[in-house]
Amino acid sequence: MDRSLTAVQLKGITKRFPGLVANDSINFELKKGEIHALLGENGAGKSTLMNILFGLYQPDEGEIWINGKQTVIEGASRAIELGIGMVHQHFKLVQPFTVAENIVLGNEPVKGLKIDYKLANEKVRTISERYGLKVDPQARIKDITVGMQQRVEILKTLYRGAEIVIFDEPTAVLTVQEIEELIEIIRNLAAEGKSIIIITHKLKEVMALADSVTVIRRGKVIKTVTTDETNEQQLAELMVGRDVSFEVKKTKREPGEVILAVDNLKMKGEQGKNALNGVSLDIRAGEILGIAGVDGNGQSELIYAITGMRKVEGGAVKLNGRDMTNHSPRDVSVAGVGHIPEDRHKHGLVLDFSVSENMILNTYFEPEFGKTMFIDYKAMDTLSDKLVKEFDVRSSGIHTHARALSGGNQQKAIIARELHKDPDLLIAVQPTRGLDIGAIEYVHKRLVQARNEGKAILLVSFELDELYALSDRIAVMYEGRLMGEVDAEKRDDQQLGLMMAGNKATADGRG
Amino acid sequence: MEMLRKIFSKSSILIPLVAIILGLIVGAIAMLAGGYNPILAYSSLLDKLFSTPYNLGEAIRAITPLIFTGLAVSFAFRTGLFNIGVEGQFVMGMTGATIIGVLLDLPWYIHAPLAIITGAVFGGLWAGIAGYLKAKRGVNEVISSIMLNWIALFLSNFIVAKFLVEKGQQKSMTVHESAMVKIDWLIKLTDNARMHWGTIIAIVCVIVFYIVLWRTKQGYELRAVGHNPDAALYAGMNVNVTMVKSMFISGVFAGLGGVFEILGVFGNQTVMAASPGYGFDGIAVALLGGNTPIGVLLGAVLFGGLSYGSAGMSFGAGVPPEVVRIVIGAVIFFVASHGLVKWFLKPFLNKRASKRKEAA
Amino acid sequence: MDVLEIIGQLINTTLVFSTALIFTALGGMYSERSGVVNIGLEGLMVSGAFAAAVATEYAIQAGLGGVSPWIGFIAAAIYGVLFSLLHAISTITFRADQTVVGVVINILSLGLSLYLTKSLYAGSGQTPLLENVFHKWQIPFLSDIPLLGRAIFTAYPTTYIALALAVISYFILFRTPFGLRLRAVGEHPSSADTVGISVTKYRYIGVLLSGALAGLGGATITLTTTSSFAHNTISGQGFIALAALIFGKWNPLGLVGAAMFFGLAQALRSFMQRFEFAQQIPAEFFYMLPYVLTLIVLAGAVGRSNAPSALGQPYDPAKR
Repeated sequence: MDRSLTAVQLKGITKRFPGLVANDSINFELKKGEIHALLGENGAGKSTLMNILFGLYQPDEGEIWINGKQTVIEGASRAIELGIGMVHQHFKLVQPFTVAENIVLGNEPVKGLKIDYKLANEKVRTISERYGLKVDPQARIKDITVGMQQRVEILKTLYRGAEIVIFDEPTAVLTVQEIEELIEIIRNLAAEGKSIIIITHKLKEVMALADSVTVIRRGKVIKTVTTDETNEQQLAELMVGRDVSFEVKKTKREPGEVILAVDNLKMKGEQGKNALNGVSLDIRAGEILGIAGVDGNGQSELIYAITGMRKVEGGAVKLNGRDMTNHSPRDVSVAGVGHIPEDRHKHGLVLDFSVSENMILNTYFEPEFGKTMFIDYKAMDTLSDKLVKEFDVRSSGIHTHARALSGGNQQKAIIARELHKDPDLLIAVQPTRGLDIGAIEYVHKRLVQARNEGKAILLVSFELDELYALSDRIAVMYEGRLMGEVDAEKRDDQQLGLMMAGNKATADGRG
Repeated sequence: MEMLRKIFSKSSILIPLVAIILGLIVGAIAMLAGGYNPILAYSSLLDKLFSTPYNLGEAIRAITPLIFTGLAVSFAFRTGLFNIGVEGQFVMGMTGATIIGVLLDLPWYIHAPLAIITGAVFGGLWAGIAGYLKAKRGVNEVISSIMLNWIALFLSNFIVAKFLVEKGQQKSMTVHESAMVKIDWLIKLTDNARMHWGTIIAIVCVIVFYIVLWRTKQGYELRAVGHNPDAALYAGMNVNVTMVKSMFISGVFAGLGGVFEILGVFGNQTVMAASPGYGFDGIAVALLGGNTPIGVLLGAVLFGGLSYGSAGMSFGAGVPPEVVRIVIGAVIFFVASHGLVKWFLKPFLNKRASKRKEAA
Repeated sequence: MDVLEIIGQLINTTLVFSTALIFTALGGMYSERSGVVNIGLEGLMVSGAFAAAVATEYAIQAGLGGVSPWIGFIAAAIYGVLFSLLHAISTITFRADQTVVGVVINILSLGLSLYLTKSLYAGSGQTPLLENVFHKWQIPFLSDIPLLGRAIFTAYPTTYIALALAVISYFILFRTPFGLRLRAVGEHPSSADTVGISVTKYRYIGVLLSGALAGLGGATITLTTTSSFAHNTISGQGFIALAALIFGKWNPLGLVGAAMFFGLAQALRSFMQRFEFAQQIPAEFFYMLPYVLTLIVLAGAVGRSNAPSALGQPYDPAKR
């Protein structure tokens, strides 16, 4: 393959959004048959750049050259014509449709007026065999695993004859084994002559997969290097712009009393399947229990059960020895449970409320904020002022809408609110999702500090690094069961990955 | 007062104003197309409104129920619900008041309040059904309350015809004087316009609306649920109960509107072929008022005035009074599609901006 | 009257009442399958009923005789499209709230139709009674079949058209590329957008089709039941059609079943009063029947789980 030819060349791309320059005269070059990583923190401008390349945004300045010719990409259909395909982070799949329907959508083979489903299935089968991406064309998207769904996304681009494939954070939702398979698939594609761009913020992936890497920070290209000439530490510094330590300082600590005791929880799921299949666990004061697992294996339901948001069919939840099974969320909250939910915007904050109003979202009924039916906004503001200072929540004032805050500051506000309640148990679900490194460090520091102060912490995360860095113990969840526990001190990704895929813990695990 | 500042801030008042102007223009175009003189029509409308104390009084009478229904729609909106069933709740309020007013005979200081409360509760419960169905069964409140509107109409007709009917007529017996809430001195002052205490209570309700939503813990909860029911649930609020409460309160406002049509204006209830329409106008009022209490008051004045004045249009310019419905429809359309209004305004705003630049 | 005769008549009346509902619910289906809530069906029906009355009247004046109702029928569809264009522009292009705009369509339609009626017919609130309207067709041979002949094969042409459109719509929705794309736009607009399908275009088509079909629904009532247009020609049928759409799970054949169910409820109300025992029951309860049934049906576990996922959400590509 002639690597001297360029597939994509972006020259001086600038894209402005109200109040922010997402891309600031970016230069980028992708060679034919190359795997090129675009590395940067959340919000650095990677996705914006790729959305420009895929025709979803128009650049304010700059030129796009594809295969040596300057072009304007006015929409996704033009990008597809030019042989550009994108595997989106949030899959663009229609849930009730079949695999084949999703792949041929917009480009359906027809017989007369009808869609030729036989031909569609055949075509899908042919491509999937050629690239080693096994799928069942007639399965419905809602019934297949996330890994499979990603294959469908890749097949969609190949069906449209993509020569340049963009992967946006492709490993975010995959198990360790699925990631290995994906790496294999991407290598295959490159070997077939496809040019690949991978958007990511994960250093390991870059080193494992890419030929070269372009680092972006705050909308600007910092450097482009080949992976042979660099290492993880250097990339991290380029990405963040300063020294980074991945270590979280955690003192040895003997766990105290059992705070949360969960016994044999059972809960029905959406489609009659059991979402929780007899989950039992204990968390003691001063320890962090991490829950590992692929998204959708009952983690959310476990949280619903503990917090009282959904009724369980069987089993018990005890807090400080007190039975809290199927108590109302309010009761559970008052009994001493804090909750940092996964989705800040949807679950953690009322975005159209002020920062101040958000600070009392689960305590507004307390006499602290008025002993009558009327609410004492002064007390609210006093508290907010204090918390905003203590937790370094930056905004243009406590009366600004929560919507106007950056993701990191929104998360700080939530942590401030939840820790102010002085809970015995703190539940944190994906607490660093979508945050930049500075904010991640802050959140980690606060969680460990809370642990050191003797709180019990239940941490659900899909990031193995985060689980290892914070947890004292790690339990693995699969299809509504706990597959066993591993020691957080001894890292074994293979073992963890196997458990996440449904294999029981082996003898050297503690299952 | 942050509220007041918000209401009178430039952008929030500009859009309704432009929408009203555009709505009047649409009405004028319709009149021109029909071969009528819009200027004569609009001036006859104003004439009708302001010519005599009687007309002014009657206009206020026409505005009053719109304040109630506008508040009802707005209150539900504030908690994230679209109460299109205000119409039916209004009718149930009428019926509740008529039942008490006709069947009981009590001293006025018990009779009138009892009739008012009964009507309000009827309205509240009727709305509560839609709230309950939404909370417990996930039934879209828009669909269920449309159905409830029809059921309310026929149920009320049945109650009037079966239990309260004036022999040989298509209406109920007259409500006892002890339950009526007319204001005699104002009636005299306005040459027999039907003035009643309902107007005063409507204004009180505007204030109550504000206090409940922005000064109480309950209101904080209602607003939280309205903005983001998921976050409210995560924060331990009982979202389902809150929805039912919100619908109930909304229905109470609507019911009160109906109550005063009986106790303040008509004194009896007819068997209706169709519901009176105040509930649907309430949607218009709420939208125009941006779901704020003061806005609702102003919106009600506008729409009540237009509707009452429309009789003048047909008298003075021969225009079918329905043209006012076109104006009202157009005004809400422009309020709802504020993107469209901004698009209309763009050339003007740009010109202004560029002028300002030149000046600088 | 013997029982078979009564059943036959009941079925026949049911078909008459459900025809308008089928047209309108099919219209609603195209709109909602594309992701746009259409609560303005009632208003679109009003407009259709009005346009049909006026256009048919003009055609009769022009001496077109028996063709006139067909002219009125087609005019209603065109007028409905124009009206729904208002809905489409504001909700799709300017992302206005779909429910609110639906309410506006309802207010405007009735206001404009009555205003025009009064302007056209010298202040009268009703259009003149039409001399030429649709008549029931007796399908040769089939209409001679006992019971079924009277019940099904003697019906207005509109009924046959509505049923044919339902079958055609099923084919379009589930067998053709157009249908696949329309459903994709309603389920997950950004997935359609990223494979080069224009969300805007398909939503416009969906909403405009709803205008055309709801217009036909309104025309059906003018041209088979009332023979003129007045303020109460359409009184809630649009909302019942919406309920039929939901009850029928947004499926063309399902909604036909639901429309038949509501048609039956309506037919029953005029029918039951023939029986002595039913005369004891106040008429109001029969009037209420379709609405109460709708409420019960909706409360009974149908919910909104089958609705297109993106229903009611304006599509903003910048927020994908």
